[in-house]
Formats: sequence, structure tokens, C-alpha cells
Amino acid sequence: MFETFSYITLQEYWWIIVSLLGAILVFLMFVQGGQTLIYTLGKTEDERTVLVNLLGRKWEFTFTTLVTFGGAFFASFPLFYSTSFGGAYWVWMLILIAFVVQAVSYEYRSKPNNFFGHRTYEVLLFINGLLGTVLIGTAVATFFTGSDFVVNKMNLTNLTGDKMPIISEWTGLAYGLEAALNLQNLALGLTVFFLARVLALLYFMNRVNNSAIMERVKKQLLYNAIPFVVFFLTFTIWLLLSSGFAVNPETKQVSMEPYKYFHNLIQMPAVAILFLLGVVMVLMGIIRPLTCFVKCSTKGIWAAGIGTILTVFSLFLLAGFNNTAYYPSTYDLQSSLTIENSSSSHYTLVAMSYVSLLVPFVLAYIFYAWRSIDNKKIDIEEMKSESHIY
Amino acid sequence: MEHIDFSLVDWSRAQFALTALYHWIFVPLTLGLSFIVAFMETLYVRTGNPEWKRITKFWMTLFGINFAIGVATGIILEFQFGTNWSNYSWFVGDIFGAPLAIEGIMAFFLESTFIAVMFFGWKKVSKSFHLLSTWLVAIGSNLSALWILVANGWMQYPAGMKFNPDTVRNEMVNFWEVLFSPVAINKFLHSVSQGYVLASIFVIGVSAWYLLKGREQLLAKRSILVAGVFGLLSILFVILTGDGSARTVAKYQPMKFAAMENLYVGQQNAPLAAIGILQRDKAEGQHKKEDFLFKIEIPNMLSYMAFLDANAYVPGIKDLVHGNPQHNILSYKERSEKGRIAIASLAEYKNAKKAGNDSLSAAALKRFEENYSHFGYGYYANRDVHELVPSVPTSFYSFRIMVGLGFHFLALFIVVLWLTLKNKIETKRFILYTALWTIPLGYVASMLGWVVAEVGRQPWVIQDILPTIAAVSQVKTSSVQITFALFMVIFTGLLIAEIKIMTTQIKKGPAAEGSSTIH
Repeated sequence: MFETFSYITLQEYWWIIVSLLGAILVFLMFVQGGQTLIYTLGKTEDERTVLVNLLGRKWEFTFTTLVTFGGAFFASFPLFYSTSFGGAYWVWMLILIAFVVQAVSYEYRSKPNNFFGHRTYEVLLFINGLLGTVLIGTAVATFFTGSDFVVNKMNLTNLTGDKMPIISEWTGLAYGLEAALNLQNLALGLTVFFLARVLALLYFMNRVNNSAIMERVKKQLLYNAIPFVVFFLTFTIWLLLSSGFAVNPETKQVSMEPYKYFHNLIQMPAVAILFLLGVVMVLMGIIRPLTCFVKCSTKGIWAAGIGTILTVFSLFLLAGFNNTAYYPSTYDLQSSLTIENSSSSHYTLVAMSYVSLLVPFVLAYIFYAWRSIDNKKIDIEEMKSESHIY
Repeated sequence: MEHIDFSLVDWSRAQFALTALYHWIFVPLTLGLSFIVAFMETLYVRTGNPEWKRITKFWMTLFGINFAIGVATGIILEFQFGTNWSNYSWFVGDIFGAPLAIEGIMAFFLESTFIAVMFFGWKKVSKSFHLLSTWLVAIGSNLSALWILVANGWMQYPAGMKFNPDTVRNEMVNFWEVLFSPVAINKFLHSVSQGYVLASIFVIGVSAWYLLKGREQLLAKRSILVAGVFGLLSILFVILTGDGSARTVAKYQPMKFAAMENLYVGQQNAPLAAIGILQRDKAEGQHKKEDFLFKIEIPNMLSYMAFLDANAYVPGIKDLVHGNPQHNILSYKERSEKGRIAIASLAEYKNAKKAGNDSLSAAALKRFEENYSHFGYGYYANRDVHELVPSVPTSFYSFRIMVGLGFHFLALFIVVLWLTLKNKIETKRFILYTALWTIPLGYVASMLGWVVAEVGRQPWVIQDILPTIAAVSQVKTSSVQITFALFMVIFTGLLIAEIKIMTTQIKKGPAAEGSSTIH
């Protein structure tokens, strides 16, 4: 089946898959958002245990989605993997370290004789929540703002001279950390941070059975929704008004085009509809629980979650489709990466596409397994009777 | 080639070695313990005996502690291919990336979904669904090992690919050749079965401790029985696949094989030095030559082990470095020159194509294809070719200690199983102490297996195609030094925490049915 697809169709198909994984990852980062709220919402040890355990039963999905996102990006667009990871070294390393400490913190937090004490593991969870969200948001923003790097595949044939035989060279001063100095990048980083917290609050509303925690959740929802909306609007308006990295479909030359991302939105109406629908659903998910707290408090996560996936998905499509360089180089425009010049071969994309047919099956068993163990809200009583708790 | 930053290459290698070895401390136990827990839960479901449930939950708690840190140390490895080996990521990403992505889609989600049911579903799902979840965790863990080991096997023997000069990278042309290459198959089977051995040693060792302390007799004996059978079958399989691995090494990585055996001059009817002590030959011109101070040899055994033929010729380090026309072995100098021609022809091809000169580009491409099998050697055209010889003592000793320990494990499994079946195990304190102290030896053997595999193939990231000096990322050496130190501190801290938590849980023993596992 996939063998008959053209190369560009497969490249677009894989950009859609990577975008979808990225969008699901941002949604699942409600786990990270929740980790930054443990002490804000949990005033007693029992309350904090409820919150940690609620998040702890989902942390692996975020982690696994991140790993799969990375693996899929590597397999389908290896030049991105090579250029970005090998160049923006410090951003990716800090993200990775933030996820390393998360993985053990849940399992070790409540175990006796855990060497660092349970509070240290809670601090590590907070660090993961803060750095994971802000840095991933900042890194993704560079898909629109660009980075300083050069790609020259002929470097591989350097046997003498002053250069190592390495094809990608990062010219940014701080190996990726300079991205955090760009206010537009930072705006997206903070958008993701506050979005993750908002999603976590909506998730708590859906899953926690504790009135004291719920009171604090409602208050925090407003406190986090406002900065989220402010940063999101800042980033979006900035994006739509700024120049973008256009690719000439004939010559493949990259040039700056004023209002490129606004043009992309207009020229791809399906993406525009997804984007607007996503934004409306996120706002609905936030506003409804604020206005009818008792009656519809538990449903917000569904609207906001799906809305997040749609919005982030459409942002990725804006970055990569419609003759746009998705990983632009501001140092050397012609080194910018497009889905055409950075992808794997036709053969590999076909082989991988068959594997991608497993995704609906994977989603189905995840849904079934979640439903099996999430059939009632979590409370302090359950924590006291559960045989394995975090 | 003074433009190569060797400090960067060495620190990048050190960081990869550090993170890979830390990861491998935890992975084998996860691979094996997941199955042992699944066996025990199966016995619980089949017999309905609550003691089996208690035993299952005890080992499951230890599994969870180990699993978490395995996950933590694993994420670094995947992303490190990009952060520290960016050239490699492009040069072979078309082939190498696919197994990693498949690993995520097929294996990691299976693990992460059903591990939640396994730990939190005891009271929420049916017995049979819980058992299915436990088995799916075991299958998911082992599937994840399949794909990364296929990827590693491919690096040792790059099959199913072709270099595309237009994209300047290797591209996959046959997925099945990548998946079912003899090196990949042997590597997977040998590595996972070694994990089963380690987990069996762990379960037997901990159970032995209980028997020495006179505690949890029933749990200990039943655990020894399950782990003893599993361990015995696994170690036999490890020996079988180890033999297969050695043959693939002899065939596809002759330098690694010669280093493992300290075979300096090749010969027919080559004997195997079962035991030996090496001493560096310091005479001028004897680069990396190790003499035997002492050895016990088995006649013809090396030839037989390598090629199933006692008369077969096994090339030595000297033959590979300096060439041996009688056996059609090119010297490294010749291979370096051919590699240099391949690299220069690639540049010529690209330039000619850019200039629209078809005849020149066709000639350059022909030259390139004729010499491509030596491509990686081209980076050593102006260097001392002895850099292509790995550390002989490291390979030689690691291999022997690993094999020696393997036979110790075989004997241990037989003895403890026999004594358990005869119901005498609790009286044999020497055997119980031996079982306990075999736990660290299991880890030593496990680590040394990777040392043999990875040190022995240096300096190749992709055998004969891409050396480390052309695979690395161009970041500042100081950055890699800092991240090396960070990983060292974080992983060591987490390892200490893991050991403390694990030993505390073991001392505490299994919880009474229905109580919480935290205190």
C-alpha cells in the first residue's frame, strides 16, 4: 500500500505523525504541570500523597510519548535529529536530565530509607515540571524563530584542513541556551508551562475526591489560566505578524517572507479550522468549570485536552507544510531544514509507515487499560488501602 | 588529520560508555525479573494459593524499584545518539532510527500501559486480566530490548543498506536483512538470556539470604525453584548463543576476535588460550603486541570455535594490520588508501554533479563504489594505522572472566536446584553464601559482556564504515566534560538510593497480604 505513495506524500505523512506525537506530548505534560502544584494544592502529607499518586499513574505515558516522539523524529527526519540535538546541546541535555530525575522520583519518594528523603524527590518532580515544560516550549518555538547553524554534507569528505568531518555545525553562542534569550521563544515556553498547569488542574478536578483540594484547584485554575492566555496570545500574535522561512517550490531556495505563518493559515483552511477549534476548546475547557464549578467540574480536561492536541498539531503543520522550512537557520538560510531535505529515504518511510498502522491499536489498548484502573476518583482512603503507592 | 579534536572524541566516548554501563546495570534484571514475576503469578492464578500471590507481590516490588531507574538511565541513550554523535545520526539515521521508533511504538507503550495495571490493578481488574498485564509487561520489556539490540547488531555488521552519494548517507534497502542479520539475532538472544541468568541469580541470592537468616523459608524455597529452573535453561541458552556470537565476530569483525584471543600472528589449527597472562612487548615496532607470560592452551580449539573446522585459518592482529597476501588480507595501510580514494571520489562526484559534468561524475561514482567497503579507513589515511587496533588486554581478560563466570553460574544453578528438590538447601550454608555472593558476580559478567562487544570493535561506530572520529558532534569538549560529570553524579546518587531502597525492602521482607508497601 505505502509503496505506491510518492516520496513527498510519505514525507508529509510522517510530518503529520511527528506533529501528532508532539501534540499528544504537550497534552500529556499535564503530569509536569501537576508536579509544580503539589505543594500549592496539597497542604498535608496525605493530600500530597493523593496528588503524587494520581500523577504517578500517568507519568510513564508522558515519558514514553517523549521517547517515541524522539525516536519517530530520528527515524523520519534524521537530519533534524543530527542538527538540533548535536547543536542545541545544552537545551536538550537539560530537558533530558529533567526527565531522568522524574523517572525515579515517583517510585522512590515514599520508599523507606530512600537516601535523599521524600522532600528531595518532590523537589525533583518540581524541577522536571518547570524545566521540562519551559524548555520544550522554547525549543519548539525555534521552529518558527530559527537557530544559528550550518549544514554542509561535504564536510564529511574533509580529511585535512581546519574543520572536523562533521556535517552540522552550531554557531549559536550557548549551544541552544541562547534560544531562551529570545522573548518570542520564551513566550511559548511559558505558554506551555502555564498550559500544563491548567491541564493538571482540570485533570485533578476530574479525578480527585477531596473537597479541600478542590477548593484550592478552583482558585489556582484562574491564577494559571490568565498568564496562559496572555502568553499564548503574545506568541500567536507575534507569530502571525512576523516573517517566516519560505521555500521556493521550484528552486528549493529559502527566503524570508513577511507574514508567512499568517499566509500558511489562510492558504491551509483545514489547518486554520483545526487551530481555531483547538483554541476554542481549550478556552471552553477552562471557562466552563470556572462558571459552573460543581455541575460540570469534571469535564474540562476533555475539552481542553483535545483542544490542546488540535492547537499544537496545527502549529506543527504551520511550521512544516505549505513550502515552509520547519527548522530554519538564521545564520545560513540555505541550511534550513525542510520536510523534503531532512527526511529518511522512501524505503525507510514506507517500512515505518507499516509500523505506524499499529498506532490505533496502541491507542485502543491504552484507553481500555486506563478505563480498567481509573473507574473511580482517587481519595485519601484509597491511599491507605492500596498495596503499591508512590 | 590534526583537525580532529581527540579530546572531544574521547570524552564523548567516555560519556556514552558511562551512561550505557549504568543503564545496563538495571536492564538485565528488568528483563529477567519480569518473566520470573509472570511465572509466579501464573502459579498463583492456576493454584489459587495466596502464598504465591504474596511471593509475586514481593518480587514485583523489587522489580518496580529497579524498573524506574532503568527507565531513567535509558532515555539518555536514545537522545545521546543525536546530542553527542550527530554525524552518526545523519550518516546512518535512515537505518538506525527505524528500530528506535518501532521500539517506542511497539514496546514502550506496551510496558508503560500494563505496568500501571500490574501495580495498581490488583483490586480493580479480574485475576486473568491482571495476569495478562504482567505477561505483557514482560513481553514489552523484552521487545524493547529486541529493537535496540538489532540496532546495535547492525552497527557491528551493517547489512541491508546502500550508500546514497546524493544524500551523503547510508540508506536502508532491506528491512528484513537488518532485522534478521545473524549478528543482530545472536546479540539479541545472547543479551536477553543473559538478563534472565542475572535475574535468576538475583532471586536465588536474595532467597539464600532469607534461608541463612532463617526467615521466609517457603518464599525462599519456592523462589529458588522457579529461578533455578529458569536460570538453568537460560544459562544453557547463553552458552549456545555465546558460541554463535563468537562465530559471527570471527567472520565479520576479525580484529575484535583476534584481540579477544590475543592472536598476534594468524595460523591454521589455532589453539585457544583458555587461561593466560599477558605482558606488553616493548620492543620497537611491536605496536600493541602482547606476549603470553603464561597460558593453558586447548589445541585447534580456536579454529574450531571460529569456523567449526579445526584446520581453519584464523587471522591475527599482525595479519590484519600489515596484510597477508597468502590469505587475501589487505593491510590497513592499503585499506586506508582505498578509503581515502572513496572519500575523495565522493567529493569529486558531488562537485562534478554540481557542475553538470556527467562523464566526470560517473567516473567518480564508479571509483567511489569500488572502494566504498573501505570508506571508514580513509579517515586514517595519514595516521598510524595501529589506532585501528583495540585494547587487547581489556578484550582478552574481559572475555575470559565473562566465560569463566558463566560456567560458575551453570554449576550454581545445578547445585541449588538439586539441593532444593532434595529439600536440603537450607542446611548447606556454604552454598547459600556462594549464591548470595554470586549476585555481584552476575553483574560483573553482564558488564564485561558489553566491554568485550564494544571495546573490541573500537574505533568503529559502524564496522569499517564510520569511525568515532567522524561520528561525533561538534560541541565544546568542556560541555561534554560537564555533562559527563553531571551524569556521573546523578546516576551514582540514584544507584546508591536504589541499593538502599532495595536492601531495605529485602530486609523488611514481603508484606502481609492486604497491607501497604510503604511505611
